[in-house]
Amino acid sequence: MSKRIVSATINGEVNEFLVEPYHTLLEALRNELGLTGSKEGCGNGNCGACNVVMNGQLVNSCCVLGVEANGATITTIEGVAEGEQLHPLQQQFLEDAALQCGICTPGFIVAAKQLLETEQDADEERMRHFLAGNLCRCTGYDKIIKAVINARDVMRSTAGAR
Amino acid sequence: MVTTDKPAYKVIGTRPIRPDGIDKVTGRAVYGADVNLPGMLYGHMKRSPHAHAIIKRINTAKAEALPGVRAVVTALDLGPDPAALPDLSKNILAGDKALYRGHAIAAVAATTDLIARQAADLIEVEWEVLPPVLDVREAMLPGAPLLNPNQHTRTPSGPSENASNVVAHAAVAFGDADKAFAECDAIVEREFSTKMVHQGYIEPQSATAVWNPDGQVTIWSCTQGAFPARQNCSAILGHPVSKIKVVPTEIGGGFGGKIAVYLEPVVALLSRKSGKPVKMTMDRVDVFEGTGPTPGTSIRAKLGATKDGKLRALYADLAYENGAFAGSAANYATMCIASGYDIEHVKLDAYDVLVNKPRTQDYRAPSAPAAAFAMEQLIDELAIKLNMDVEQLRLQNSCKPGTRGPMGMPHQAPGHEECLRQAIASPHYNSPLEGPNRGRGTASGFWFNVGLRSSASVSVQPDGGVSLILGSTDIGGTRASLAMQLAETLGIPYEEVTPTVVDTNSVGYNDVTAGSRVTFGSGMATVEAGKNVIKELSARLAPTWQVPVEDVEFEGGVFKSKDGSKSGTFKEIAQAIVGRGPGLTASGSVNAGFLQGGGFSHAIVDVEVDPETGKVTILRYTCIQDAGTAIHPSYVEGQMQGGAVQGIGWALNEEYYYDDSGRMVNSSYLDYRIPTTLDVPMIDTIIVEVPNPLHPYGVRGVGEPGIVPPLAAIANAVAHATGVRQTQLPMNPRRILETTSGK
Ligand code: FES
Ligand code: FES
Repeated sequence: MSKRIVSATINGEVNEFLVEPYHTLLEALRNELGLTGSKEGCGNGNCGACNVVMNGQLVNSCCVLGVEANGATITTIEGVAEGEQLHPLQQQFLEDAALQCGICTPGFIVAAKQLLETEQDADEERMRHFLAGNLCRCTGYDKIIKAVINARDVMRSTAGAR
Repeated sequence: MVTTDKPAYKVIGTRPIRPDGIDKVTGRAVYGADVNLPGMLYGHMKRSPHAHAIIKRINTAKAEALPGVRAVVTALDLGPDPAALPDLSKNILAGDKALYRGHAIAAVAATTDLIARQAADLIEVEWEVLPPVLDVREAMLPGAPLLNPNQHTRTPSGPSENASNVVAHAAVAFGDADKAFAECDAIVEREFSTKMVHQGYIEPQSATAVWNPDGQVTIWSCTQGAFPARQNCSAILGHPVSKIKVVPTEIGGGFGGKIAVYLEPVVALLSRKSGKPVKMTMDRVDVFEGTGPTPGTSIRAKLGATKDGKLRALYADLAYENGAFAGSAANYATMCIASGYDIEHVKLDAYDVLVNKPRTQDYRAPSAPAAAFAMEQLIDELAIKLNMDVEQLRLQNSCKPGTRGPMGMPHQAPGHEECLRQAIASPHYNSPLEGPNRGRGTASGFWFNVGLRSSASVSVQPDGGVSLILGSTDIGGTRASLAMQLAETLGIPYEEVTPTVVDTNSVGYNDVTAGSRVTFGSGMATVEAGKNVIKELSARLAPTWQVPVEDVEFEGGVFKSKDGSKSGTFKEIAQAIVGRGPGLTASGSVNAGFLQGGGFSHAIVDVEVDPETGKVTILRYTCIQDAGTAIHPSYVEGQMQGGAVQGIGWALNEEYYYDDSGRMVNSSYLDYRIPTTLDVPMIDTIIVEVPNPLHPYGVRGVGEPGIVPPLAAIANAVAHATGVRQTQLPMNPRRILETTSGK
C-alpha cells in the first residue's frame, strides 16, 4: 500500500499531507499534522474523545478514514479558540471546573460547540442526549453539563447584544 | 458547605482556575500517547488468547524477519533473575505460563504501528491449554486448578501446608462475636457478590522510552507515580534506579489503575535492543484484558443488634478475586467495613484468591465499596427489623473520637456523625418521594486515607513570584490545591504561584498519587517547603534590617521587625532579597505515615424501577462527604460526583462478563457500559468540614470515599422500590427482572 495525498482545510488553513489508506482521520491529525489535541479513548466510536467537525458534521475522527478528508473542511479542538480569545465553552469549562484529568475535554468542547452553534436554545435534556456519545470517567458529568448551560447563556447574551 | 470550625483563610476555600486548565481546554496538554520523538518506533504486544496455558515454546523468527521490524522481546530478555518483583515481571511478560487471556507474552518494535501488529501475529507460541478457574469460591476449594503450584496461603499462623490459590488469609477479631450474637435481639445475615469491574479511565496506557548507549534511560509515561514506576522498572530490568529517569506526562484518569507498570519496562527493553526511541500505546481491548481491573467479591456477612438499636456484633467472610497474581488486597476491606460504627464484637476473615483473570489493581477506595455493599444493606435491613429510621440507627452507632477505627487504632476526629446529621437535615432527605416503583436508599462509606512520602521544592523568582516544583502526578487538580496551600502559607495571591510537575531527577521522592494522599501528604511537603522559604528569607533579611534573625517576624504575608520599625510584604521582600541576591530554593520532604485520619462519605439516592424492563433509573442523588478542609471546593465536589457516578455504573451496569473458557466477551465501551450523560442526573453535594488534626490546614483525602456508599445506597433504594433485596451486582435489567418476577 502506498501513501495518498490528502488536501483539507483544517482550522481555517489548507493543509496537504500524506496518509496511509488504512489510517483514520484521527491518526492523520495526530501523527501527520501534529494535532494531538484530539484523543483516542477507544478507537471504535464509543467515547467521543476524538470528536472533530467535518463539513459541518460532528464526527468521531477514529471512524473516518484519513483519505475521506480530501477536500473537507475540518475543525479540531486546536481551532476552537480564536487566537488569544478562548471560546465561551473553553472559558466556562475552566470557571466551572468541568474537567479533572481533561482527556475527554477536547471531545466535549468540540461536540458542545457543535450543539450550541446549531441549537442555541438547547436545554439540559437536549444537551444530555447530544453529549451521550462523549464519555467522561472523572466528573460524573454534573459540572460539564453546568458549564455547557452557562456557555449557552453567555453565547446567547453576546449574540443578542450584537 | 458545612463547616464545624475553621480559621479565616484567604486562599483556601476559594475557587480559582487551575493552572493547567488552558492547556487542557485548547488541546495543548501532552498526555501519554502524545509523546513523539524523532526516529521513534512503534511497539505492539503479543497477548495470550488463553486464560490458562503453559507456554512450551515461543518462536519469534518469522516476526524478526518481517521488513521494518527492529526488535522483538520476550520474558527471556528480562534477564535470568528479575527476582526483585517476580509477580510484576511475570505480569508484564509471561515466562512459562499464561494466567489470563490478554496476558502479555512478547513485544515487537517496528517502523510503523501496522508492521508491529503484523509482526506480533507472526510470533508463534506452542501452548498446552489448561482448565481455567474463574469463580472466587471455586478457586478456594481443594482440588481447584492451581495457578501457581508453589503458592501457599499466608495465614496468621504461618504458611498453609498445601498449595492453594488463596494468597493470603487476614483475620481480625475484637471481642467475642460468637458469644455476642447469642445476646442479640435482631440478626441479619446474607451472602453478597460483586463482579470484577474496571477503573475505566478514558486514556489508555502509553509509554515511550529511550535507552542511551551510556545506560541512561528516559521513560515518558502517563503513570500515577513516576517514582514508583522508576523503582519498578529498575527492579524488573536490573538497572540502577539512578540511571532511569521517568517523565510523567499529563494523565487521562487512573483511579488506581495506573499505579502498576505494564508497558514501561517493555518499551525500555525494546529501545535497548533497537537503539531507537520506542512508543507503545494500548488499545481499549488491551486496557480491559491486559491491565488491572478491581476484584469481584463474594462476601458472607452477619450483623446483630440489641432491641434498643445498639449494634453488638459483626461477622464477615470476605473473598476477593486477585486475578492472576496477588493484587488489590482484601485486607483493606477489614480496615473499612466496620470503621463507621462502634461495634464491640467484630470478627473478619478476608481472603485474596487467585483466578484466571487479569492481575487486579486498586480502584478508588479499593475493596471498600464491595464491603459497604454488604454492611450497609445489613444495616438497612436491621433498621427495618428493629422498626427504626436507618439514619438514626447509623447515628446512634456512629464512631466518635476514640472509637476503634481501622487496624484497631482509635479514630481521632471522625466526620461520620456530622455527615449523618447533614444527611438528615438535607433538602433531599426531607422531601417526600412519591409515585409507584420508586424507592429511596442511603448508605455510608469510609476510606482510611494514606500519607506516605512526598517532597516539594519552592523557588523564589526575582520578581517575587514563586515556582512550586512537584513530583506528585496531578490527576484531578492537585497543582491547584497545592499551589493554594503554598499561597496561604506565604500569604500571597494564588496567581503568584506557578506549579509544575517534574521528572524523577528534578525533585525529591514522591510516592504514588493514590490513597487520596496528594492534597494531604504532598500538601504537607508543600507547606513545609513554604515555611523553609520564610525561614531563609528571614535569615537573609535580618542583616539588611540590622536586627537579630529572631526579631524578624512573619504573619499574614508580611515580614515585620519586632519593634515595628520595618516591614514589607512577601513580594517586596522577595524582590529585594532574591531580585538582587543569590537564588533561593527551599524544599520540604515528609513521610506522612500510613493511616491519616480517613474520610467518611454518605449517599442518599432515589430510584425508579421499571417493572416491565427491569431498568433502574437514578432520579436524584446527594453525596455528603467530610473533606476536613476543602482547599478548592469545586474540585472536592468533582471528586464526590465522579466517585458517585462510578459507583452508579458499578451498581447498575458494569461487570467483566466471562465465557466458560475465560474470555471476557464485553471488552469494549459499547458492551462494558460506563455511565453516560443520559444515565445520571445532576449529583448534589454537601461538603462537611471536620478538620483533620493530622494536617496543618485540616485536609482529608477526598478522592476515594465518594465511591464507597453508592453500591449499597442504590441496592437499598431498589429494595425499597421493589420489596426485593439485591445481593448481587450489577443490578442490570436482567437481574432485576429475574429477582422481582412474580412479586
Ligand atoms: S476514540 Fe473515537 S470515539 Fe473513542
Ligand atoms: S475529566 Fe477525566 S475523563 Fe473527563
